[in-house]
Amino acid sequence: MTTFLDAPDAPPTLVPVCRLDDLHPDRGAAALVDGRQVALFRLADTDEVRAVSHRDPFTGANVIARGLVGSRGDVPIIVSPLHKQAFDLRTGRCLDDPDVSLDTYTVDVVDGVVHVGVPQTG
Amino acid sequence: MSEVLQRGNRRRRDPTHALPSVVDMERSTLVVAGAGMVARRLVEALVERDATSRWDVEVYGEEVHAPYDRVALTSYFGLSGPEELLLGDASLWDTPGVTLHTGTAVESVDAAARTVVVGGRERRYDALVLATGSYAAVPPVEGADLRGCFVYRTVDDLDALRAWVSERGEALGRPVRGAVVGGGLLGLEAAGALTTLGTDTTVVEFADRLMPVQVDAGGGEALRRLVEGLGVAVRTSTATSRVVADDAGRVTRMEFATGDPLDVDVVVFATGVRPRDELARGAGLAVHPRGGVLADAACRTSDPAVYAVGEVACVSDRVWGLVGPGYTMAEVVADRLLGGEATFADADLSTKLKLLGVDVASFGDAFGTTPDSLEVVYADPVQGLYKKLVLSDDASTLLGGVLVGDASAYGSLRPLVGHPLGGDPAAWLLPESAEGPTTGALPDAATVCSCNNVTAGTVRCAVTEQGCTDVAGVKACTKAGTSCGSCVPMVKQLLQAQLAEAGIEVGNDLCEHFSLSRAQLFDVVRVSGIRTFSELLAAHGRGRGCDVCRPVAASILASLYQEHVLDGERAALQDTNDHVMANMQKDGTYSVVPRIPGGEVTPEGLIVIGQVAQDFGLYTKITGGQRIDLFGARIEQLPAIWSRLVDAGFESGHAYGKSLRTVKSCVGSTWCRFGVQDSVGLAVALELRYRGLRSPHKIKLGVSGCARECAEARGKDVGVIATDQGWNMYVGGNGGFTPRHAQLFAEDLTTEQLVRAIDRFLMYYVRTADRLQRTAPWVESVEGGIDAIRAVVLDDSLGIAADLDAAMDAHVGGYRDEWAATLEDPEKLRKFASFVNAPDVADPDLAYVPERGQKRPATAEERGVVIGGPTLPVRTAGGPL
Repeated sequence: MTTFLDAPDAPPTLVPVCRLDDLHPDRGAAALVDGRQVALFRLADTDEVRAVSHRDPFTGANVIARGLVGSRGDVPIIVSPLHKQAFDLRTGRCLDDPDVSLDTYTVDVVDGVVHVGVPQTG
Repeated sequence: MSEVLQRGNRRRRDPTHALPSVVDMERSTLVVAGAGMVARRLVEALVERDATSRWDVEVYGEEVHAPYDRVALTSYFGLSGPEELLLGDASLWDTPGVTLHTGTAVESVDAAARTVVVGGRERRYDALVLATGSYAAVPPVEGADLRGCFVYRTVDDLDALRAWVSERGEALGRPVRGAVVGGGLLGLEAAGALTTLGTDTTVVEFADRLMPVQVDAGGGEALRRLVEGLGVAVRTSTATSRVVADDAGRVTRMEFATGDPLDVDVVVFATGVRPRDELARGAGLAVHPRGGVLADAACRTSDPAVYAVGEVACVSDRVWGLVGPGYTMAEVVADRLLGGEATFADADLSTKLKLLGVDVASFGDAFGTTPDSLEVVYADPVQGLYKKLVLSDDASTLLGGVLVGDASAYGSLRPLVGHPLGGDPAAWLLPESAEGPTTGALPDAATVCSCNNVTAGTVRCAVTEQGCTDVAGVKACTKAGTSCGSCVPMVKQLLQAQLAEAGIEVGNDLCEHFSLSRAQLFDVVRVSGIRTFSELLAAHGRGRGCDVCRPVAASILASLYQEHVLDGERAALQDTNDHVMANMQKDGTYSVVPRIPGGEVTPEGLIVIGQVAQDFGLYTKITGGQRIDLFGARIEQLPAIWSRLVDAGFESGHAYGKSLRTVKSCVGSTWCRFGVQDSVGLAVALELRYRGLRSPHKIKLGVSGCARECAEARGKDVGVIATDQGWNMYVGGNGGFTPRHAQLFAEDLTTEQLVRAIDRFLMYYVRTADRLQRTAPWVESVEGGIDAIRAVVLDDSLGIAADLDAAMDAHVGGYRDEWAATLEDPEKLRKFASFVNAPDVADPDLAYVPERGQKRPATAEERGVVIGGPTLPVRTAGGPL
């Protein structure tokens, strides 16, 4: 679903992170995935899991998982707890500043275990 | 005698304090002689326009009070002290470059040398503004200087009058008999004041009717009936010939040119005012033969460096005895001092007053002096109504009018003077339609607020171009409605019309997910019994919710049901601060604040806090709320930190919540030699009572043990100040972005009465305020303001007091420390994992540098050179996870 223009050859490696039950609906959780800080969100209405970078690009603090989940129109959003900028949980795009975005990661839930895809390096 | 209230920025001339940025700027000195309402407006205008970057402004006032609202003088008897009459924001006098000297009159002026003498010393000026106002004129009647004779001009006059009436009342053992000489505006004010003091009052007026300057014969007659109906006797066409003394030299009788003598114990002369132009006379400046310093349209006197403003000035060949024209002169002078070209045009002398509870208004050509003008009169002697409109000869243009008994149409009519009235004039006068047609027809040039000279166009512009969406915004932006307030209904109409035209919906919807205000949502939850956000969203909202409505729902549920903030679905509603019960800081770590009720802490408690801070490497600072803040705690450390604090008897301080923060106190009567009540004991009791109460915004309380007010209680949402008899309660104080002094709510309450009053005040606020609306704007926004809230709280005017009491009792009974409960529940503790797959691993990106013996987050630049680590070298405390 995600196209990596400069990494066409390797699909992301799926790393098991936690059980789906470890994630509280509509409340984020941070995870350490292959040295990266990732924010996971289990959406209450659809029960799908989204993963974006945990680092708030506006402040450099690792806090995104501790923001509030919500929606703006049809867009599912996460709101940074520091200065309240909203990010699209599907694309990582910041709705308040088009030049800023979060990284997004593919997520796969297999047998109740949440896997996060990290781009292969080297 | 001289008391310098605030020292301005005089460092420029002191080489040890030289400020390089201003040292090369040429500064000038402005001396303002007089510290009344107009002087204050002048300083305000100068500060607003940043004139203090060029001018040092020295204000000298004879009275010991800072400038106060003389127009509202009569209300003084209903207030707790002169400070409640003070005008505007007291911080004006803190502005660097502005100095207010009270109790210090300018003694003389040497215009040639450009100096004044104050306190026996010479002061040089570059510009001088005479704003000395006027004095109450006492007619040359024999005995007018006897003991028991007063004038009505200053706070001190009122204090003396009150003391006399009280003393005579006690000595005589019967109601005091009083007379007011003068039935004009000031005389009726004085009669109102005497009546308030319990005096049997007679008004004596030389002319054939009351308020002869403002109203015509018909209006005077209606006014007389209304005033007599209030128990005040009126004698018109009566000249006082002498006042007679008793053996002790006190007033005892008045005699008149015609009619029977009158037995009196107190006499107030309210026969007009005269300009205080003696400084100008002494300096050789030109004065009008009947008094008043002659000044041109720029308010400049015969000496170009000297200006005159307000009641001392004679501009356009007359003295203007109202505050509105005085304010205009202040603005003109401010502009001139900055090199502008503003001029004073003839001012609007319209008046609207509530005298003795009777509405009186007079505007424009009230007497129909315009040739061929027409008058439309509505009179109802039974109801005491008299209304007259003066129209142009073709009955189309409004020229003026008089309203007695019901002046509700004044706000709409006055701006229309000189403009087409539009429609049937009678529609404005009949009781049922006092509001008249709408404001749509009002031309942009029409003056809406005559006190501050604000036009309809300016108000409209504030909406369309400056984005104001409420009356408070328009007031702040334009000053309209900030003086006498009579135009506020008009401003509101203009605002609403303009918003509607601009297509701006004037809703107070919470957010895109709920078309309800917070207060409405509160009622929905309370009435429906809904207990979860998903139910609430399904039944009354849409979408997923957001960072606005989720915390509001959490707060409402917490206010209504004493359940834990992290229970079930609620965990997803809380902002991170409420979620982990700590305050997030800039680097993503948290600060921890244990509750220290009333600021009272044992040495043992202090040691535990210090030990915890040391063990976890936390930066410590004393807060403004008399407690201790510990910074730099990582999310996964919070349970271990709190485990130590809870074991030592501490509990959550709710520094993270929209809830009660602290009850600040001074040490009170248990130690202080001035204290009259135990302020710490009460503060502790109040803090324990209201701890954990979720509310629309944070709430702070303060308790002072005596009138010295060391706890700064009047800067709090609820302030309590001890009196000899009990407690005075103040509400609506605020620090923060918009500082406000709390207003007096109730006096001399017992502790039990006080607690019930605070219970109801807080619960009423919790139920009806908007999201993030603090108590000060809430009090203003409630229809009827503080009086209406007082009626609800003290007199149960809405019949909800029992309900509010029950709600507060449920809160108090259901309180449990959130942190203690969290530590007992492994499920809740899992929320404090730093990483879901590595719960005890510290965020590796955190980096700190030492400063003044403690740590602080490294800046972006410092991160490049600092060897980052999650903690400074500290002993690592084992987490319970």
